[in-house]
Amino acid sequence: MKLRIHITLKPGVLDPQGKAIEHALAGLGFAGVEGARVGKLIELDVADTVDDAQIDAMCRQLLANTVIENYRIERA
Amino acid sequence: MKTAVVVFPGSNCDRDVAVALEAVTGRAPEMVWHRETELPDGIGLVALPGGFSYGDYLRSGAMAARSPILRAVAEQSGRGLPVLGICNGFQILTEAGLLPGALMRNAGLNFVCRDVSLTVENAQSSFTSRYDAGETILVPVAHHDGNYVADAETLDRLEGEGRVAFRYAEEVNGSARRIAGILNGAGNVLGMMPHPERRIEKAHGGDDGRRLFEGLLELVA
Repeated sequence: MKLRIHITLKPGVLDPQGKAIEHALAGLGFAGVEGARVGKLIELDVADTVDDAQIDAMCRQLLANTVIENYRIERA
Repeated sequence: MKTAVVVFPGSNCDRDVAVALEAVTGRAPEMVWHRETELPDGIGLVALPGGFSYGDYLRSGAMAARSPILRAVAEQSGRGLPVLGICNGFQILTEAGLLPGALMRNAGLNFVCRDVSLTVENAQSSFTSRYDAGETILVPVAHHDGNYVADAETLDRLEGEGRVAFRYAEEVNGSARRIAGILNGAGNVLGMMPHPERRIEKAHGGDDGRRLFEGLLELVA
């Protein structure tokens, strides 16, 4: 089973990389970019026996830092 | 005093902190590999050194925080063992949940490597007893992910409980409330981004960092 874990910074957490991208796009002349946030995509290939609770535990215990990040699990 | 330094793959300041500990305690620390499951008996301090444990993959300190030795560090810290996390060590302590908050990419996106002025906010802790409250000291920083983040409630609590040990005297990396180092609730765990071990003798251009190690020695002696 293939999974995609999308990890994003929580709203309100300053994202310096996102800010840099926003400024760089403005520098290239693209008007109207009102914000940019950088996240992570982790693709996992797991056995079918791995259940939702285990996947959720993987995210909470290691893949995302829930102090600053949210995560979303997508089945590919 | 017997001390220990944890060595992670990618640590590059483990020797620096070992040299500092030996200079102050007169005894070389035990170097403990990250896959060990126990700390040596009878140690008075464990240091988590600066560097790039596990190549900073995933997030700085994330892998190291889940390594076998960290379970032992967490357990011993709960029993009062002093734990000092410097730079990557601080990142590991937050990732392990032994200190609140998180360390993010520097606000300026630059790797910052220079001497910075710190204000000693709390001179009561076992780590800072050799400093005066409000004193300004000069200690080097060298980091990419030193931007301390926590919610307002946590920041208020840290300040209210005197758990901010050091603050940057100037803006360095975007850290919330210019926090450079914090203590846990019991006061036996200190995490800080600046490197006191790189400033322990005059040949380093100053020895402001030395007193941190001397204070620890005093505590355990």
